[in-house]
Amino acid sequence: MNVGTLTVEQVQAGLAARQFSAVELAKAALEFAQAENPKTNAYLHFCPERALAAAERVDKKLAAGEDAGALAGVPIAIKDVIITEGVRTTCGSRLLEKYIPPYNATAVKRLEQAGAVILGKTNCDEFAMGSSNENSAFGPVRNPAALDRVPGGSSGGSAAAVAQGTALAALGSDTGGSVRQPASFCGVVGVTPTYGRVSRYGLVAFASSLDHIGPFGRTVRDAALLLETMAGRDDCDSTSAFAPVPSYMAALDGKVAGLKIGLPREYFEGLASETGDRIQRGVELLKKLGCEVREISLPATKYAVPCYYIIATAEASSNLARYDGVRYTSRAAEDTLAGMYRATRGEGFGAECKRRIMLGTYVLSHGYYDAYYLKAQKVRALIAEDFHKAFSEVDAIVTPVAPSPAFKIGEKIDDPLEMYLSDIYTITGSLAGIPCMSVPCGKTSEGLPVGMQILTRHFDETGMFRLGEAFEKAGGLAGSN
Amino acid sequence: MKITESEVRYVADLANLKLTDSEIARLAKDLDEILTHMDALNEMDTSGVEPMAQVLYQSEETATLRADEIIPPIGNEAALANAAVAGGGYYKVPKVIER
Repeated sequence: MNVGTLTVEQVQAGLAARQFSAVELAKAALEFAQAENPKTNAYLHFCPERALAAAERVDKKLAAGEDAGALAGVPIAIKDVIITEGVRTTCGSRLLEKYIPPYNATAVKRLEQAGAVILGKTNCDEFAMGSSNENSAFGPVRNPAALDRVPGGSSGGSAAAVAQGTALAALGSDTGGSVRQPASFCGVVGVTPTYGRVSRYGLVAFASSLDHIGPFGRTVRDAALLLETMAGRDDCDSTSAFAPVPSYMAALDGKVAGLKIGLPREYFEGLASETGDRIQRGVELLKKLGCEVREISLPATKYAVPCYYIIATAEASSNLARYDGVRYTSRAAEDTLAGMYRATRGEGFGAECKRRIMLGTYVLSHGYYDAYYLKAQKVRALIAEDFHKAFSEVDAIVTPVAPSPAFKIGEKIDDPLEMYLSDIYTITGSLAGIPCMSVPCGKTSEGLPVGMQILTRHFDETGMFRLGEAFEKAGGLAGSN
Repeated sequence: MKITESEVRYVADLANLKLTDSEIARLAKDLDEILTHMDALNEMDTSGVEPMAQVLYQSEETATLRADEIIPPIGNEAALANAAVAGGGYYKVPKVIER
């Protein structure tokens, strides 16, 4: 058993053939992850007791001949913005350094009910705000493909752990690209489902109209299985959808011939040459699989970055108001209530969180609401309308995930606007609330992974996974550089 | 100039954020740059466009309502376990009423 490269199917086969027990696998996975973690700083902390207890439950069920669940014994990691009962959840922030949640996120509960074994919590940008993982209060994550480079963000730790082999799969959260962009930078599969497909209960809120929980896997199949397991209506999240969850596994049949695929021209202008080349080669592969490719236009694309950073920061400024030194562990020593609020927040939040709280408070403040927030909500409607129109002509849209591959640690951290602009290709899908994923699409000449983004209609995760899996199976430009 | 240092101080006050002078100066520069970039939105004609306030696609009429049933709460002790300071079953804060 090589814990660093296992897939869900291999775990299932190994357990069924009694090659290893779930406890043996959990112990080996923990040992490997703890030994390898210092290279990347992908995990913030481990939860061995919880992992072994989960593995024991699986072994007991197997011994009794019971169904141990679709994810029986599968070692996974959870981004540290998704709460875990009794296991510290910091959101990458000093403010929550000692926070022990009193309940589990619904996604976590459903994965554990299906037999998953949670090894630990992964590093991320503070409150999921960032595109490089450099905004974590607990140090940056290093990209396993090139240790001097960022893993992307904000779910950088989850992407790095899956790429490094220290987790078989992982959960991240995506508000404007925080699953897809790190997946592309680290060379793994990352999925952002339709808004409302997965309950947000227990996902620490950043921007509520944009937040999604999404899975990472080393294969499309693994990511799809995680999503299938945790998707579906949850009464604890009123925005979770009632739509039934189809079997994504059943859809992985390779039948993509005749699918109509749109390439939005706005996404290919000014693209870094190697990234553009890999995506073009990926598109050629899709043509070989029988897909019909045509150019389309999504004209509102150029307004997506300002639109997103108004809506996301406005919502963030409200959501982060709760960290006031009363309910969440940290408090600054001040004599007055107002002084205590201000000092707790001033000392606790990092630079990027402060920037976004300020921006969000400004765009919501008296006299600016119509000019910024209301305007952005209208532009958001037009961006969503662009996709709606496009999907009357095509079944899927294919684009790059990011304009360039992973950049060096420190390269962009002093230029927030430059950092925001690099989110351009992922933000649009988030604003529209449609499913989107990053699938590995070769590497640059320096060996840096490139990700191809697939976007489909609302609730058509099935079509997205079918196309992604067919692409992956056809080689997905594996190792090309 | 989209935003001055004194406006930054005013917004920080609204947001209950204590900032140092160097943070104020840095934020004035960053926010000015970002807000200038955001002006691009004005190029877009949005007359007659309804703001997108609802993201959940094709939601049913009853989407936001669950059955009104009593679910056991997590309880006082668990709820207060993460309090910065607690006492007597409540959150404690610095004194706000002088007598």
